[in-house]
Amino acid sequence: MRLAIETVGAGEPTPGAVADAAPPPAIKARARNVDVFYGDKQALFGVDLDIPENRVTALIGPSGCGKSTFLRCLNRMNDVIEGCRVTGDITIDGVGILGPEIDVVELRARVGMVFQKPNPFPKSVYDNVAYGPRIHGLAESRDELDAIVRRSLERAGLWNEVHDRLGAPGTSLSGGQQQRLCIARAIAVEPELVLMDEPCSALDPVATARIEELIDELRTHFTIVVVTHSMQQAARVSQRTAFFHLGVLVEEGDTEQIFTNPRESRTEAYITGRFG
Amino acid sequence: MRNPDATPARAERRARIARRLGRRYRAERRFRMLGVAAVSAALLFLAVLLVTVGLQGSTAFVQTEIRLDIVFDADTIGLGTDRGQAALGRGDYQALVKKSLRAMFPDVRSRSERRRLYGLVSSGAGLELRDLVLGDPGVIGTTRSVWLPASDDVDMVVKGRARTDLPASDRRVGDRELGWIETLRANDRLETRFNVRFFANGDSREPELAGILAALVGSLFSMLVCLALAFPIGVMAAIYLEEFAPRTRWTDLIEVNINNLAAVPSIIFGLLGLAVFLNLFGLPRSAPLVGGMVLALMTLPTIIIAARSALKAVPPSVREAALAIGASPVQTVLHHTLPLAMPGILTGAIVGMARALGDTAPLLMIGMVAFVVDIPRSIVDAASALPVQIFLWADSPERAFEERTAAAIIVLLVFLIAMNLTAVLLRRKFERRW
Repeated sequence: MRLAIETVGAGEPTPGAVADAAPPPAIKARARNVDVFYGDKQALFGVDLDIPENRVTALIGPSGCGKSTFLRCLNRMNDVIEGCRVTGDITIDGVGILGPEIDVVELRARVGMVFQKPNPFPKSVYDNVAYGPRIHGLAESRDELDAIVRRSLERAGLWNEVHDRLGAPGTSLSGGQQQRLCIARAIAVEPELVLMDEPCSALDPVATARIEELIDELRTHFTIVVVTHSMQQAARVSQRTAFFHLGVLVEEGDTEQIFTNPRESRTEAYITGRFG
Repeated sequence: MRNPDATPARAERRARIARRLGRRYRAERRFRMLGVAAVSAALLFLAVLLVTVGLQGSTAFVQTEIRLDIVFDADTIGLGTDRGQAALGRGDYQALVKKSLRAMFPDVRSRSERRRLYGLVSSGAGLELRDLVLGDPGVIGTTRSVWLPASDDVDMVVKGRARTDLPASDRRVGDRELGWIETLRANDRLETRFNVRFFANGDSREPELAGILAALVGSLFSMLVCLALAFPIGVMAAIYLEEFAPRTRWTDLIEVNINNLAAVPSIIFGLLGLAVFLNLFGLPRSAPLVGGMVLALMTLPTIIIAARSALKAVPPSVREAALAIGASPVQTVLHHTLPLAMPGILTGAIVGMARALGDTAPLLMIGMVAFVVDIPRSIVDAASALPVQIFLWADSPERAFEERTAAAIIVLLVFLIAMNLTAVLLRRKFERRW
């Protein structure tokens, strides 16, 4: 199983090297001193993190370290959880998003999300992808909507597999296809940021490799933040990596530096598999 | 298994497990047998119920009728030269029946004998002749052969539901009448025919004329009002409580009270309807509108509870997916959660509606227990309801109402099955959307 992943990963140029050659990218999102509380329990402690534009940022760390919590701050999905409170400052393109005056519906049109378990709507493949553009009124005509659906499915690498059964239920696809459908659904509204919460943890190695390739392709259009349990995955797909432990951002930096030359001993212990 | 045991201890352990295994399997078999016995007992009771009701009620679907040659003679009816509808409606049409009977049995002379002879035919026969004339005044002056309902006593004898082996003094139908019945039968003038009146008439004091239609229409109207009120209000309340309301002490209190309301005896809802809808709002008495409103109050808690649990059963991932793509909370509910919860909501609604259909107590309180002859045409006309009609007929002393009671129960059950079937079909339609 593991072998399959590594051969796919090894065949490609190290993404970190590409990032090094380019000029330093603009900062898309900036978090400063972010604390998150679930009721009385504090889950995140003073997180400061910059998300560079058109790069893949990986959040790694052991279970319960707060990486998913941080991710869900970026599109305010934590609002749904009762008793959850976020303090500090998060900006996207320099504009704060945590204020009560911010329209979360509009924010989520700009910040898409893909979940751990593929969760297509129990509707047709077409309707799944068309749902976002429809509710946001992005398509003027049926033809335009068709074009958006097609482009999104193509970008998600799913068009060739499903173009002849767009009317089939999204839930009838295989697990990997479902997850790519969810990605197509998220990018159909042309978000600026795409958040992925362990997008491959419910998939087999072949489907995982497919999604990883896709993530790498997508970063030319989108800024991507991906939470992952797998350090190999972080190393393969990301240019920046942030390591969380017990609600604290321990270390962040270029992926290559984190994996080859970590500054913190805890980071080194984690990536070499001594805990977590 | 082929290998000998390594140590005696292991052999002992396996023997113990084997000994216990027999006991465990026996316990399992006992449990299954109890289950099968319980299901069989339930099926047996159901079968007994259906068979008794079926046997009792099936005879009510036919009615003994007597064919009389009626001479539509204007003088006998008591018509002058006026042939207007009002004048025609005032005529004495029962006299035509009597005249025809006298002509058929000319040897019957004495007053008391004649009264017994007239008693063979239902007192409603004249009304049917009147309707015939009103529908076509041209029949006046002609002679027609008309099938008219026999009286309920004759009907019972013909159907074999009244004993004829008792001494004549203990019977409602004397030897003389039995003789006439035989004569009529021999002349092909008496037979049991399909009982159209049972399905086309309202209630009547005369069993042979009493029908279920007024009650059926009343029940139908009440159910429509009940559904139109309880379903949308119940579903919306459930959506608000489940998807939008913050969890505070108030919502907890509301939840507890809804659960309590589901257990309140239905007659209390009837009292509430009497006090609020009739006395305070001044809505019409005995009307399906008020009946439906009271039944809606009674059904609401059931629908709310069912809808809430159906909404709760929708996986949160669907909600998250919709929210994350930028759907507003209302869009999330209307586009995703509600369609997925619909089959469960429909099941709950039908359970509540079925209970409402069979309930009598609240209707008694708001006056839907009245003796209703006219078929209600709207939801504010006086009406009765199927269970109330059953209750009224079961209370009547006439023998012939016994079979009609059973027949009304059959109609109620058919109504119920039709309702459940609709719900099952609707549910399947919603589930087809994967």
